[in-house]
Amino acid sequence: MNARILLLALFLPVAALAQGFAGLGQETEGFTLPDPDRDLTFPVDHGAHPDFRTEWWYVTAALTGADGRDYGVQWTLFRSSLAPGGPQVWMAHLGVTTPDAHVSGERLGHDETGQAGVSVAPFEAWLDDWHLVSDDDGIGDLRLEARTAEAGYELTLRAEGPIVLHGENGYSVKSASGQASRYYSQPFYTVTGTLHLPSGPVEVTGQGWLDREWSSQFLEADQAGWDWFSLHFEDGARLMAFVLRGDEPFRYASWIAPDGTTTPYYGNALSAEPMGVAEVEGRDVPVRWRLRLPQRGLDVTVAAVNAQSWQDTLFPYWEGPVRAEGSHPGRGYLEMTGYE
Amino acid sequence: MNRAALGALLAHWRRHPLQLLTLVVGLALATGLWTGVQAINAQARLDYAEAAATLGQDDLPRIEGDLTLADFATLRRAGWPVTPVLDGTPLGMRARVLGIDPFTAPQNGATPDLTDTADLTAFLDGRLVFAAEGTAVPETLPEVRRLPDIAPGLVVADILAAQAILGTEQIDRMLILPEARDDLPPLADLLPGARRVEPEAGGEIGRLTDSFHLNLTAFGLLAFAVGLFIVHAAIGLAFEQRRPLFRTLRALGLPASRLTLLLAAELVAFTLIGGALGIVLGYGMAALLLPNVAATLSGLYGASVAGGLTLAPTWWLSGFAMAGIGLAVAGGQSLWQLARLPVLAPAMPRAWARARLGTLYRQGVGGLVLLAAAVLVAVFGTGLVAGFVCLGALLLGAALLLPPILSAVLALGARRAKGALTQWLWADTQQQLPGLSLALMALLLALAANVGVGTMVGSFRATFTGWLDQRLAAELYVRATDEAQATELRAFLDGRVDAILPIVGTETSLEGAPGDLYGQPDHSTFRENWPLLDSVPEVWDRLATGEGALINEQLARRTGNWSGAEVDLGAGERREVLGVYSDYGNPRGQAILTLDAFHAAVPDVPETRFALRVAPAEVPALAEAISARFDLPAEGLVDQASLKGFSLDIFEQTFAVTAALNVLTLLVAGFALWASLTTLGTMRLPQVAPVWALGLTRRGLALADLARALILAAFTAVLAIPTGVALAWVLLAVVNVQAFGWRLPLLADPGGWAVLSLWAVVAAALAAALPVWRLWRMPPAQLVQVFAHER
Repeated sequence: MNARILLLALFLPVAALAQGFAGLGQETEGFTLPDPDRDLTFPVDHGAHPDFRTEWWYVTAALTGADGRDYGVQWTLFRSSLAPGGPQVWMAHLGVTTPDAHVSGERLGHDETGQAGVSVAPFEAWLDDWHLVSDDDGIGDLRLEARTAEAGYELTLRAEGPIVLHGENGYSVKSASGQASRYYSQPFYTVTGTLHLPSGPVEVTGQGWLDREWSSQFLEADQAGWDWFSLHFEDGARLMAFVLRGDEPFRYASWIAPDGTTTPYYGNALSAEPMGVAEVEGRDVPVRWRLRLPQRGLDVTVAAVNAQSWQDTLFPYWEGPVRAEGSHPGRGYLEMTGYE
Repeated sequence: MNRAALGALLAHWRRHPLQLLTLVVGLALATGLWTGVQAINAQARLDYAEAAATLGQDDLPRIEGDLTLADFATLRRAGWPVTPVLDGTPLGMRARVLGIDPFTAPQNGATPDLTDTADLTAFLDGRLVFAAEGTAVPETLPEVRRLPDIAPGLVVADILAAQAILGTEQIDRMLILPEARDDLPPLADLLPGARRVEPEAGGEIGRLTDSFHLNLTAFGLLAFAVGLFIVHAAIGLAFEQRRPLFRTLRALGLPASRLTLLLAAELVAFTLIGGALGIVLGYGMAALLLPNVAATLSGLYGASVAGGLTLAPTWWLSGFAMAGIGLAVAGGQSLWQLARLPVLAPAMPRAWARARLGTLYRQGVGGLVLLAAAVLVAVFGTGLVAGFVCLGALLLGAALLLPPILSAVLALGARRAKGALTQWLWADTQQQLPGLSLALMALLLALAANVGVGTMVGSFRATFTGWLDQRLAAELYVRATDEAQATELRAFLDGRVDAILPIVGTETSLEGAPGDLYGQPDHSTFRENWPLLDSVPEVWDRLATGEGALINEQLARRTGNWSGAEVDLGAGERREVLGVYSDYGNPRGQAILTLDAFHAAVPDVPETRFALRVAPAEVPALAEAISARFDLPAEGLVDQASLKGFSLDIFEQTFAVTAALNVLTLLVAGFALWASLTTLGTMRLPQVAPVWALGLTRRGLALADLARALILAAFTAVLAIPTGVALAWVLLAVVNVQAFGWRLPLLADPGGWAVLSLWAVVAAALAAALPVWRLWRMPPAQLVQVFAHER
């Protein structure tokens, strides 16, 4: 046992609860709680919020290579505050997916050693040599670089639409009893760059998505995991949808029009049904879904590009690129945690 | 029939529970001491590998230089997989503080368990540190959690907390973890001042720790041999006593082969029982001693060993194997005789038959041959193994010579004796000698080991403390971070101290092997105190003119270059050896020039280290003033008193294990004596009964027995002393030189030897107490029965 397992428990509270870490520091005393009445302000809110317990900068990109194949890239920087006003510890994850392979990587650090952190002007989020960096204080133009001994990437992300706020004004409720986070995204990136694969470099282009979320509240004890979708449709619309699996599933969807206008949908407005499972690392994971949002005429089947997109980190989870077919064809990313 | 025969054979043990106890305990002790030592060795070796993998002090390449955490961040952000280490001893504290970064440190070993959020938070906040049980941690440090896996004397803290404790902004080094990519930007571009240091081949450390383990193994073998004496005596006796039974069984139709098989099965059963007990015993002993061993290894050689013990199959299997071998050796001879025994052979105990002159003669010749061999190996042998062969031959030879010598002394006594009773006493002692000789040999070995090791430790302690006083003549040692600070420091110290003596040094190649070259000024501190083993006339005056060099004993011994010879100091620099100084505790070669000669030979080495002469009473105030005024690196300021205390602590710990093994060996020997006397006590009733019948009281007989035991023990002790001194000489002059590269003078300790002899007599008295008491209280009827039972 070592510090890492614990760190993971802190960073992935849902997963942690599912892993039997229930009761581990559930109190939020001393941490700031999300305030629905506070407006998000940029660029300040691109930076870290150390008064909150946990926070992340989450980049995913569904890409196409010069060789015509589908690829996917994930990069996440997690921040966790061990105690109110206490040490900030950081964790970064990397994922590179091809139709027949998946490479994952993980780094840990402590900001007081200078190894990790986020600066606002110019914007940079980093841990070691893995970083998401801008030349100014905005997040409209970003460079993303990370690599492990096996694989990595150098990508340019250019936003072609506005930042969108989820829930009510960026206040995203996560359970019936009111647990919530602050949550915004930049879902309009056009991505170009190079993937470094064990077989050699590949030039790629595609669409990317940045999620920013922070909170101090753990999810409900009965919430065993989540299924999270981010989709870019061919007609220019975007969809962010998640289901928190508990005794009573908690569903939410943000419908993002091509101009960035965002409409929140709660509860039964969204339906997400597993259509097929794959055995991944000895577990049954639903890698094929039917997603419906009737109020928008959405009815699509979402399928993994590579069913084995397993993030082999200390606490493992599934995360990989997907394709959508049906009423709204498109591409995107799927993250699933808590499958045992 | 098997069952009936086995029942009859085992009935013997029911009737002689003490003998059974002797056998099992003897075997358990022998196996226990052996496995205990093996367990310690196996654990230490396992830990070297683990420690190398975790903290990588020895096995990982590292980056050194004038480093801070910002440099660590620079390298990490350039993709270098490095982890920072800060390692220092705070002023006035004996424990070493090791600062690590839990996020980047290798996760497969000595990193403390931080699975609890509160612990991790406290660790990162500097409110929690980790140390082994028994490591003295001053109250100025935060809460200490005791962990068995940490080497004693080490306090593990977060790197930031360690910086705060040590009062520094620096880090000592960064370890380069194995996952380094090969397309990293060059170090020289990132940190121009830093250098990459490849791990040392570990030859020296490996050799030193090997010698330590060989030392322990030798002790284990010695203990095993002593234990075997007990087992041999008990088994032999059991066979002898069961001769009538064997005869009866054979006469009843039990085939010889079946009988032999049954007895062999009995031996196997004893192996399993005694072996298992021994392994439990050995485990307990190892667990008890391991923290000391760990302290020794980390203190003396810098090798990291955790204090915890894991159950490895190698050593417990070896325990069973040794028990089996031991029993086979002890019982094989008896089995062999039994297999060839004629059916109706006389079933008389052979107590008399054993006292054959031939045996004594053979023992005498064997002993002399072994002693001669020991002398030859000591003179002509090289290498550590030769040293141990010499030790073995010496001890075994002395042990073999013991019965003939005792026999001769007793014969002389008998001839001189006046009066029937005295004559009988001498003669009876001689008659008992064969039965006791094995136990006495064990006693001799144990005593000799005690004398030898005690003398070695005493000599070492006296020499070492004297040497520390000489070498650490200056009151305060200070090290600046760079030349600028050094200049400032000198200006600050000017007028506050009696003398500022710069010390400069660099790594170099001495006679082709890695070593250190130092420069020191010509000063009375060195002239008056420096411990020279060998020198040319006017050595200091000649050195002061810039001529020649002083070299340490290790280098002189390795190369054979003593005063007057020439030595190669690397880079084409050859100089005359003006003197050789002793340099305990350092495995590497070393040479010293004057300051000017050093700067001429090695340009661009800044003077950043200084030895300060100051009145001892002013040391604390000055140390405080320096650390308040200057931002010195960890270990930048060391006062002589702490350094001496630390060195002596290491020394004491080094020999704590040896002392414990010494006591155990003596205990085993005492037990062997007790076992032999007890069994003899019953066996020799036929010899005692007639004397009693002639009118001697039981009290008189008992006291005569006691006197006999004491006389034999005293003679043995007298013979053990020269053996032990010879052993000490071999340890100091042969084994030490081979293992450590230095030779120590042998300092006699007659007081200690006298005390030890007294202990031997006390042990004999205790061992004889029970048989004597039995004889004293023996019902006359039992004595009379002897005549009735006479065969």
